Order: sequence, then structure tokens, then C-alpha cells
Amino acid sequence: MLYIKCPYCGLRAQKEFSYGGDATVKRPNINEEVSSEDWDNFVYMRKSPRGKHIELWQHIAGCRQWIKVQRDTATHEIFQTAKVTEEIR
Amino acid sequence: MSQPFRLNKEGLINRKKKISFTFNGKKLFGYEGDTIASALIANGIHLVGRSFKYHRPRGFFGAGVEEPNAKLQVEFNGHSEPNVNATEMELVEGLSATSQNCWPSVNFDIGAINNFLKMFFPAGFYYKTFMWPKSFWYKIYEPFIRKAAGLGVASIEKDKERYEHKFEYCDLLVTGSGPSGLASAYAAAKNGAKVILAEDKPRFGGTLLTDDVSIDNLSGKDWAEKIITELKSMPNVTVKNRSQVFGYYDHNMLVMFERVSDHLEKKSKFTPRQRLWYIRAKETILSTGSIERPIVFGNNDTPGIFLSAAAKEYMKVYGVLVGKKPLIFTNNDSAYETALEFKKNNVEPIILDTREEHSSELIDEAKSKGIDIRFSHGVIVANGYKKVKSAKIGKLNKDKNSFEKIETVDCDCICVSGFWTPSVHLASQSGNKLKYEEKIDAFIPDKKKQHETSVGAANGSFTLEESLKHGFENGSNLSAKITETKTEISIPNVNEKKYGAHDKFWCMPLPKNENPKRFVDFQNDVSVSDIEIALREGYRSIEHVKRYTTLGMATDQGRTSNLNGLQLVSNIENKIVPEVGHTTFRPPFTPITIGTIVGREVGMEYMPTRKTPMHEWHEKNNAVFVDAGAWKRPRYYKQGSETLFEASKREAKNVRENVGICDVTTLGKIDIKGPDAAEFLNRVYTNAWMKLPVGKARYGLMLREDGIVMDDGTTTRISENHYHMTTTTAQAANVLSHLEYYLQIVWPELNVNVVSTTEQWAGAAIAGPKSRDMLSKLYPELDVSNDALPFMGYKEAEFFGVPSRIFRISFSGELAYEINVKSDHGMFMWEKMMEVGKEFGNQPYGTEALSTLRIEMGHVAGPELDGRTIPSDVSLNGLVSKKKDFIGKNSLGREAFNVESRQKIVGLIPIDRKSSIPEGSHIVQDQNAKLPNPKLGHVSSSCWSVENNNPFSLAIMKDGKNMIGKKFFAVSPLKNKSIEVEVISSHYVDPEGKRVRS
Ligand SMILES: [Zn+2]
Repeated sequence: MLYIKCPYCGLRAQKEFSYGGDATVKRPNINEEVSSEDWDNFVYMRKSPRGKHIELWQHIAGCRQWIKVQRDTATHEIFQTAKVTEEIR
Repeated sequence: MSQPFRLNKEGLINRKKKISFTFNGKKLFGYEGDTIASALIANGIHLVGRSFKYHRPRGFFGAGVEEPNAKLQVEFNGHSEPNVNATEMELVEGLSATSQNCWPSVNFDIGAINNFLKMFFPAGFYYKTFMWPKSFWYKIYEPFIRKAAGLGVASIEKDKERYEHKFEYCDLLVTGSGPSGLASAYAAAKNGAKVILAEDKPRFGGTLLTDDVSIDNLSGKDWAEKIITELKSMPNVTVKNRSQVFGYYDHNMLVMFERVSDHLEKKSKFTPRQRLWYIRAKETILSTGSIERPIVFGNNDTPGIFLSAAAKEYMKVYGVLVGKKPLIFTNNDSAYETALEFKKNNVEPIILDTREEHSSELIDEAKSKGIDIRFSHGVIVANGYKKVKSAKIGKLNKDKNSFEKIETVDCDCICVSGFWTPSVHLASQSGNKLKYEEKIDAFIPDKKKQHETSVGAANGSFTLEESLKHGFENGSNLSAKITETKTEISIPNVNEKKYGAHDKFWCMPLPKNENPKRFVDFQNDVSVSDIEIALREGYRSIEHVKRYTTLGMATDQGRTSNLNGLQLVSNIENKIVPEVGHTTFRPPFTPITIGTIVGREVGMEYMPTRKTPMHEWHEKNNAVFVDAGAWKRPRYYKQGSETLFEASKREAKNVRENVGICDVTTLGKIDIKGPDAAEFLNRVYTNAWMKLPVGKARYGLMLREDGIVMDDGTTTRISENHYHMTTTTAQAANVLSHLEYYLQIVWPELNVNVVSTTEQWAGAAIAGPKSRDMLSKLYPELDVSNDALPFMGYKEAEFFGVPSRIFRISFSGELAYEINVKSDHGMFMWEKMMEVGKEFGNQPYGTEALSTLRIEMGHVAGPELDGRTIPSDVSLNGLVSKKKDFIGKNSLGREAFNVESRQKIVGLIPIDRKSSIPEGSHIVQDQNAKLPNPKLGHVSSSCWSVENNNPFSLAIMKDGKNMIGKKFFAVSPLKNKSIEVEVISSHYVDPEGKRVRS
């Protein structure tokens, strides 16, 4: 079970979180034209990297904030966590 | 009553307390502190089971977790448990143990014929034999395998015991209380660290209990006791015996299995049987010690053959002799300690040492005590079927592959030692890539992967001095980093015997023309020849050899067999062992009960139960409940001997004719506030929300970004910047997360807050032509006329003195209202409604009637919004705005969503107007067509239309709208039904929606 540091609540067990996918995907702006290709990429296309991956988790059984987690998909090592408004480098 | 193999005074057992038990029906005695194994051996019983494949007689081999053979069916405390390790289970009064895997008895086992048909069971036997013909599988092969395979019998009774889970955090977790573990725990405790020390066995001390050593002039055992006593007195230390750390998971989480009360004669009702600990440790000391490995020789599975350290442990801990005429077969010095212990107890051993004549401290001591030592010797084959009687021994030539001399000696036990294998399972589970240590012919942990530090024998250090030193140092350094305190500890003086070098010898050669079975893996009956066959047949990877031969795959995880298996593969393949590599270690280290894994999450505690504030009323009024997620909802209210069908028909009919009330508390409710709330809703829903006036509700449809319908519900504008959203019961949690996702990540610039208020409001729907009359009685002061409170209107008013919200919305398709009051007032509201509604013929209705009402009206719900439908599939395209953008809009243009033959919702009625159509039925053109019969659609919801008094179903059907008027078959192979149906409109009742507006 992973041990995830919520930027608001501190280290908490994985049980308290739910997974939310790739955090680097940006939704096309609302009310703006978007090409079919860009839209399809946004809806369907995801990388499945082996190694570092910045992903979203929601602290559903805690503060309910969505957060960013940089995790190694092979080893589960977590390098960094951040608020969604913050950048992970 | 006498125990012929019990020594007079040795051991740590309590001789004052006799314990009676039975084995295979025979009444026997042991002492408190015995294991089942030690008590049986004390009684001279060695034959305890039959082997897995060949049903060969098997006895005890070890004295703890390493035991591969002695798995018993044990009955105690009123339950029966299979595969209990006799060397671990403590003896308790009244326990009854029986042998497994034998019939009719362990002494005469019919399956043993397999032993004489061994050409029938080579490696890969199951793969080869049971392949063909296919028709044999079900009737012949499977029952045969089931009967022949498997060990004990699982109980079919409900487990009455209590199991618990516990979550714990600590600075340092120490796994094993041998010398290095005790030293680590002690040093860390002195630094003020929060320490958990876990010991698998009932007694602390590990090898200190059996080795002839002294520390600071105390015996090993006394020193261990002193340290444990001190640790127990420290508030920052938790000391746990009978507790095995069996798994090392991500982020330094370890899982421990504690045997809390099986050894107790009496326990309170609330004492759990076993407890599972989830321990998040900052640092972990792995002091799991090592396990002696055997040397392979002929018939090495005969009862009476032991690991040499196990024989010593039986003498020193349990005061039990494994035999009175022992042969000690060794390639190293440690077995000499076993020989000396026998000698001390007036038993004359013969030592067979594979090494050439040489000298060491222990060899010299044995010589000086007059022990018969034969160098360059080993056991070729053990004789005796149910117990060792003698052994053919050989003097090895220099090449160690042939014999100078062969003779037979009498013996009643053989104690074998092929050197030591560090227990590296936890390190390996943590991700540590192990490395092969040439010096000890075994794998030890390599570079740290998580926060695991292996010390002592688990790290390949086999001297006490080194173990203690590493323990103190690592315990102190690791904890000092956490507590920032360092207490100096002087490392105690140690007195131990110095061992000479061991012999890299692991398998006895066979003389020409002799071919006895030589087992590598006892528990799975894998012999040297099995592994040879696997390699001959082309298996190379050790993982493949393992699976093909089942080497190391039994419940003992190959603790005594893995390294010898590797040696064999490396010999045949001419590779060195590290090139062959090792197989993966997986948790749990030893079998744990399912009960422990489940813990308290059984029965009613399996998941939380959500009850509405009106639950008790429903219960009192014969509601039959149905699970809706965690909620309990009344499915129907049973009157007399009514069936579900009859009751739901009655309830639904009453709503159509009079008025009914339904508990709708379970609907998801989300409070939405903020100046940008309208804009937010406008983006979340497919329809327009900017112009909804205060005091009005609107039906809304929510999509996922891929265009699929996510949820539907009504949202009401309570005030300028305040909305009340409802979701379906099932999607409530998902919708909240969905809204939070967009507010926090995608559009943080929107000033909106959302919060779940599902638990805060109790809700009741009042539906039926007489609902307005009933409402006016509930709110005598309020104007509830169609003009004052029109369809989709909203009002706040006092309900007999308590605040309430009135929504004129309808799920049933009838004139209907929904009243919300604070949860605390829910029961009050409900009872008032029942009282006031009497004169209008009001009856409560459950989810079954609710479904009937919505289905015949053609209102879609979960079965139609099944994660595969877009708005136009379910005739909701009228709610999709063409003017504005919203979540999922761009996906609706996808080609596949817009083809002419796209699936659409339709209604179905059976041609005979009688046969109910099973939900899930497939719609086909020709019921007798050749398979696979093309599927045109499926039946999503079915009901008995109370309005038209015949069955009616909703279906999602290819090109549905153009099928109206045509006839098809609804086929349900599951129910073995085929019903001819006619396609009609999905709106079977009141298609214009007049009633809700009346
Ligand atoms: Zn949090």
C-alpha cells in the first residue's frame, strides 16, 4: 500500500485516495474551437510510461483535494507530491 | 502415559502441566510448551503423513517454519483447520490432530501404489497426461486430481472466531528476536526510538535458546531473557511473540500475522484468534536468521530423517530425543553441536563428515568426548519404509563422485546438515536484488531497495560476535537518524565456538545400478530425476523449471529445497548458481488464515450500511429491503402473503390511481454555491442553465468527456448563487468527485463551492393524481395550485413547524412532489404523511413499484444509462444544447455516434401480452438462426405495466426508431426463454407527459 503525502494533510495511506490518471493532460479550453485530432488526443490518448509519471490522485477520504503525485510506475517510488496549482519539475 | 523419547530434565517446557491430546484417534500426552511435533516425537511417533504425489510415508524434518512434511488436520476450539504445521502449532488441551493425504489410514495408504508406479508421475506429469481427450477432463481427470491432490480438508462451517486488523507506525521494526534482532531493538530503544520487535515463535531468543554460547558471562538464553525483560519495561517498545512479519510491501509497509489466542485454554469473547498488523516502519531490521539445508541422498524422505539443528532444538527446547541411535550427516561444523548434545544426553552418535580429516575447535571437542567421527563419509541411502532402520553409508573417493567403501550401519534417525541458507524473503520482497555469496553458497541481500537492513544470519553472518556487533551498530545508527539521540552501548563479550570451513557438497552420488528416489522438494515430491527430466525436455529458466516440476511451489515455499534445486540445475547446465538465478519470493512467508486477511469485515461489517431516517418505520411495516450501494431501500412493503410481483403491482397501481409515498433520501444531493454557479452548471450539463430563475428546478443531463451519459437529475435554484443538485443514488460519489475535478483542476477560476448534503436531507416523494390534494393538507397555509406551484416549481415552507423544501418534480410520470426536511425530521415527516394521506388512499411504495412507474413512462435510469449510451440513444437529445459548449460536447460529433443505424431506445411488448421478457434478453430476428445469431439489441428494463395490464420492456436496439411496429424475438438463453415481441414507442403511458403538468 502506497504512502502518499497530501500537500494539505500530510502522509496518508493509499486507502484514503483515489486515482485520477495522467496529470499532464490539459483539457482544451471551453468555448474554443478544437480540432478533432486534439480532442481525440485529449479524450483517449495516454502514455503508459515505465518510470516517472505525474498523476492525479484525489484525497477522497480526507480533504477531498485533487493533488499531483510524481510516481515511478514500475517501483512505486514517489518523488514528489504537489497541489494541482503547483508545478512538478 | 510414558513418553519414551522425553529426556528427564532438559528443555524449556513446563513439566508441571500435562496436556492431553489425540493423534489419529490415539490418546497421548505432552507438556505445556510443546508443539504437536515435539509431543508426538516424545511419544515415539514419526509417521505423520503421506507425501503429495507418491503417498510415501513422511515424518518430521524440521522444528519450525522450515517443516515441509508435517502438515496436519487439527481440530480444537470447535473448529477444524487443514494444513497446520505440526512443528509450529502449540499443544493445547483437547486438541485432536489427524494425518492428511492418506486413505484409509496413514499406516496403510492405498495411494502409496503411486510410489510403485512412479514412471507414471514424472515431471510435467499433469501437463502431459491430462491433455487428451478433452472429454475425459470433466469426468475422469479432474475428480482424479482432486482426490489425489490437495492436503487437508477446508471446513465448510462458518468461522465463529474473531479476527482483527491493526494499523501501526514505528521508527524501527525488528523482525526476529535472535541475537542480532535483540541487539538492534535494544540499541534503537536506548536511542528513544519507537520500536516493534516481532518474534514468530512463542519464545524469544532464536538461536540463543539452542546454541552453546555465553554473552557477558550469561548463557545465551539468560541474556536473551534479560534483554527482553528490559525491552518490555520500556514505553517506546512493543514486543510481540507468536508474530510473524510475512510480507514487505511498498513504501516500507510490512504486514505481520499475530497468533493471539490459539495457545490459550480460555479466552474472553472479544479476544481475537488472530490479528493482522499493517506496520508502516521508518526503518526495518531484518533479523530473520537462516535455515539449515539438507544434503540430498537416497530415500532422504524416510521418517526419522531430520535437519541437524532441528534435532538439537528438540533436545534443548523440548527435552525430546528424535532418536537413540543417531547418524549425523554433515558437510560443516554446526552439526557437531547436535552430536555433542546427543552425547551430553548419553546417546552415542556417529558423525559422517563429507570433508577430509581435519581439525577445528568443535571437531577436537567431539573427538575428545570419544564420538565416532568418519571423515569423507556420507549417507547413500536410508533403509526402512515407515521409519529409518539403517543406512547404507559410503566412504567417498577424492573426486567425491565415487566410493572407496560402502557399508550398512544401524540407526534410528539421521540428522543432516548441508550448511545454512539466510532467510532473505523479506529483503527480496522489498525489492532488494539479492547477490550470491560464494563463501556460504547462498544468496544474501544486496544494495538496499527500501529501508531494509539485514543483519546477522539473514545477512550471511554466522558468528554470534558478528551478529551482535551488526545488530547493535545498525540498531543504533538507524534509530539515531530518526530520534537524533545516540546512547553509547558497550558491545558485550561473547564466548562461542569457532567453526571451520564447510564443504561445498550438497548431493550424495549413487553407486552403479542403484536408483532410489532422492528428493529435493519434500512437500511437492520433486526428486533429482524430475529436475533432470525438465532440463532434458528443454526447460532452462529457473522459473520454468519451477513451474514444470513444481519445485518450491508448495506451502513451505521451498525453504529447504530452493538452493539444492539451484545447485542441481547449475551442475547439469554447467552454469554457476548466480547465473541460474533464484525464483521470486512472494508473501506470505508461511500460510496465513483467510480469516485474518478478512478481519472484521464479515457479515454485516463487510461494508457500512446506510439507512435512511425512516428505516425503522419501513422495518416495522414489513418492508423487504434491497441493497442500493451501501443503502438499504424498501423494495416493497409486503402485505399478508403477497409476492414481490403482487406487492409491487399493488403499490404502482395505487400511485396511478390515488397517491403513494416513496423514501427518496438515498438520492445524491450536492449543494452548489458561488457567483459562478450558473456558469459552472452550464458547462457541466448538456442543456442551458444561465436563465433558470430562482425558485425553479430543471432536469439536467451530464456527460463524460467521451460523450457517454454519466448521470441525470434535477437541479434547483434555491437563491441567486445557491443551487441544489440531485444525482442518482448510484452515481452520487462519482458526480461529486467529477465536479471537484473540474473546479479544482480545469476551471479553478470559477468561484464555486460544492459539498455533499445527501446525509443532511431526508426526502419523500408524493406521487399520484391525488398528490396535490394530499399536499394541500400537509401545507394548509400554502397555495399549492398549478399556477402557484407549477411543474418544476420550488417552494420553501414549514411542514408542521419544521422547515422544508418542496420540489414539484416527478420520476413516476404522475403529478408528483418531493419534500425534503432535515434528516432529524425525516421520521416525523414520514409519519405525518402516512397519517394525513390516509383519506386519499395513500400507500408507501418501494423501488420495485418505482421502477415499474418509470419504465412504463419510458423514463431512463441506470440500466439504460449503462456507460455505453449517448443522449440520442435514449431520446434525450432534446436536452443537448447546440448553442453552448459543455463537458463531452466535442465527442458527440464522432462518426460512430451519428450513423443512421445507431442504437436507440424502444419499447417492447410480448405478442401474447402475457410473457414477461427477462432483462438482459437479446433481440434477434430469427430465434432458430444458426449461431452466432446476430444480435439487434438487448432488453434493459422490464416491468408489468399496471396501466395496460401486460408486460412491457425497454430495450436498446439498433436502428430502433425504424423498427417500430416490427416483430422480433427476445431470447434469454440463461432463462431458456424465447418470446416473440413487438417494437413500440418507449413511452408506453402518457407519451405527451400531460400528467406531470396537470
Ligand atoms: Zn488531504
